[in-house]
Amino acid sequence: MKMLNIHKDTFKHGVHPPEYKEETNHLPIRQFDFAPVLIIPMAQHIGSPSEIVVREGQEVERGQLLAKSTGYVSVPIHAPAAGIIRKIANVPTISGKMSPGIFLEVFPFSGQEVAEGMPLDLETASADEILKGIQDAGIVGLGGAAFPTHVKLKVPDDKNCEVLLINGIECEPYLTTDHRVMLEQTEDVIHGIKYLMKATGAPKAIIGIEANKMDAAEHLERHIPKDLPIEVKVVPVKYPQGAEKMLITSIMGVEVPSGGLPIDVGAVVVNVATAAEIGRLLPHGWGIQERVVTITGPGVKNKGNYLIPMGTPLRYVLDQVGISDNISEVYMGGPMMGMAVSNLDISIVKGTSGILVFNDEDVVSRNEEHPCIKCGACVEACPLSLNPSRMGLMAKFKAYDRMAEEQNLLDCFECGSCSFVCPSYIPLVQYFRLSKSIVRKRKSAKQHA
Amino acid sequence: MLNKTLHISTSPHIVKGNSTQVIMKNVVYALIPAALFSVFTFGLSALLVLGTAVASCLITEYALCKVSGRKVTTSDYSAVITGLLLGMTLPPAFPLWMVACGGFIAIGLGKFVFGGLGYNVFNPALVGRAVLQAAFPVAITTWTDALSADRFTSIPSSVLALPFMEPVYDITSGATPLSAFKFDHHITPSFDLAFGMIGGSLGETSSFLILAGGVYLMVRKMANWKITASILTSVIVLSGALHLFNAELYPSPLFMLFSGGLMLGACFMATDMVGSPLTTKGIIVYGAFIGILVVVIRIWGGLPEGVMYAILLGNALSPQLDQWLKPRVYGTSKKKKS
Ligand code: SF4
Ligand code: SF4
Repeated sequence: MKMLNIHKDTFKHGVHPPEYKEETNHLPIRQFDFAPVLIIPMAQHIGSPSEIVVREGQEVERGQLLAKSTGYVSVPIHAPAAGIIRKIANVPTISGKMSPGIFLEVFPFSGQEVAEGMPLDLETASADEILKGIQDAGIVGLGGAAFPTHVKLKVPDDKNCEVLLINGIECEPYLTTDHRVMLEQTEDVIHGIKYLMKATGAPKAIIGIEANKMDAAEHLERHIPKDLPIEVKVVPVKYPQGAEKMLITSIMGVEVPSGGLPIDVGAVVVNVATAAEIGRLLPHGWGIQERVVTITGPGVKNKGNYLIPMGTPLRYVLDQVGISDNISEVYMGGPMMGMAVSNLDISIVKGTSGILVFNDEDVVSRNEEHPCIKCGACVEACPLSLNPSRMGLMAKFKAYDRMAEEQNLLDCFECGSCSFVCPSYIPLVQYFRLSKSIVRKRKSAKQHA
Repeated sequence: MLNKTLHISTSPHIVKGNSTQVIMKNVVYALIPAALFSVFTFGLSALLVLGTAVASCLITEYALCKVSGRKVTTSDYSAVITGLLLGMTLPPAFPLWMVACGGFIAIGLGKFVFGGLGYNVFNPALVGRAVLQAAFPVAITTWTDALSADRFTSIPSSVLALPFMEPVYDITSGATPLSAFKFDHHITPSFDLAFGMIGGSLGETSSFLILAGGVYLMVRKMANWKITASILTSVIVLSGALHLFNAELYPSPLFMLFSGGLMLGACFMATDMVGSPLTTKGIIVYGAFIGILVVVIRIWGGLPEGVMYAILLGNALSPQLDQWLKPRVYGTSKKKKS
């Protein structure tokens, strides 16, 4: 067998948070039980929310369409289980906003067979048909962004996709879903890549994996048929390598222009779990019903990687895995970019890659903030070579427009590396999030004036 | 079990570790061996000078916080560091009332007028020391001998001089190694310099212990070794070149390295994060600038010692260095002007 070398190139700066992956990375994916009632919000993806096509009291099959997409940047939602629509009402989401939602009471004794859809044959389908098929399957970026995948895959007429990058980096500490998907859903991943290459016209694909998942890299390497132009590249462990721009720089050695997209350098990046889902669903014309979620953190009793139906209430999930008595914070996503949950009545959605439970003693947010001592740690950490120290100071003086003009504020993708290293515990990313939204609002106000 | 109210916080939800407070505390630890050694060489008077410097800084910080209605920040160790550093730049028999003036000026003028910790441009201890030098030029260049026999039993009368009185000195020694070089062309053996068997300011004596403290901080990543390395390298290179050119006129790099306040400056003052640049390139240039200035002032300037002014000028330059040497932002082709 060919030995996999570690690719040496990498992006500038970055950080090395403790990984905490060993607690779950060896645990096989386990199927989660159906909750008695699934609560399915319509706003699960970036773009316009889906529009409900069922009514209260209606019985639905597993995989049946519940809501259709409402435009190009939108995807449909399918029934994660066979059951009856009990109620249609507003439900809470992680952002704190309410969204229209469906309460689906699961039939307890149903075999939960998935309704067959319109299969999409890899050989005969055209690129546009595949894109349509991906949209119809309700697929969005499963790495956490939840951006509709078909939009991302659409190569503009004046551009060419030279390489399809499959993102198996999973640089967030604690999370091991992509790791398990690569090990256990290998065939789906490879099949998905074939669909993706056809959809984008990419002549080759590269799967990027960090060196802490050698087993997955070797496993894939063994299973990829030799006649396919699919390559596995192992890169050194560094956060935030899973960010599209950083991955492109690590693997291709080029930088995506400020304000540009990966396609500007001839690349399209797709998360590996998303690729697996495409490979699994499209041949059957199925819609997405469940996803792999890592449930871990010091407050969880039965840590693991679980296949959880969309719409499963967080409260039910935590009840099933068991949590400690002194839990303090719950996050959806990883510890670097994940969002704290204020309400356990929200549900697992397409963008939920992990659930993290921290006890009182693990929580760092109440560390006292000190003044910036100009230590430069944030400058050394920022993968974009921004100056977080200076921007933090400018944010305090509300110089938002200057931050955007002089300091490239809008390039910041909120990776959190700067806050992570700051010895003064300054919530830099939080400042930048607010500053960015203010700058964006002012800009659009100007355009409308 | 799930009825507990959850806390909400913003990401990231983990942090790297060392807090500002822990860093500051360790700077204090790193200074202690050299401070103790100065007490060993100069006796009670050194203890009094250091103690007064720290106390006056803490009291000033406390009072100014109270008066201006800010949160009292005496517990962040930064005033302790300023006090220790100030004390270490002073001669052993320096009158205590002058020390207290220095502490007041260091915190008040060096730090508070700029807006407190992190906003100051200059190293506060050096601001204090610079004002003392201007106000009391005689006292600050009057040295007593190291290792005098009665150093633990008696206190020089100058130390206890009353405020606004000219201090009376009992015994003074002629010169520090640097002034001996400057004015008499006498060169002290490097071994004595490194291990502190010499006259001079409290912190000028044991270069070795100071370097050890500095290395401790650098190893723990609490001080940027690049600053120290850049200063020391530029001193060695420049003075080495001069020494090769004319060994009669210009002292050896070893002498340059271990005399005066260079070690203290390079390990503890220039590395003060607040006054140094943020970017790596900026840091290298900043260090080289300080190193070159030290040599230039020592050899051609009117003063025997130039470390203090070199660092203050370096401090003044650092914001500019950060602007000039701003790294290229990812995905942009050229640097943006600002
Ligand atoms: S959050 Fe923004 S400023 Fe901070 S390190 Fe990441 S990209 Fe840089
Ligand atoms: S890491 Fe924090 S303290 Fe250090 S320079 Fe950046 S903002 Fe300032």
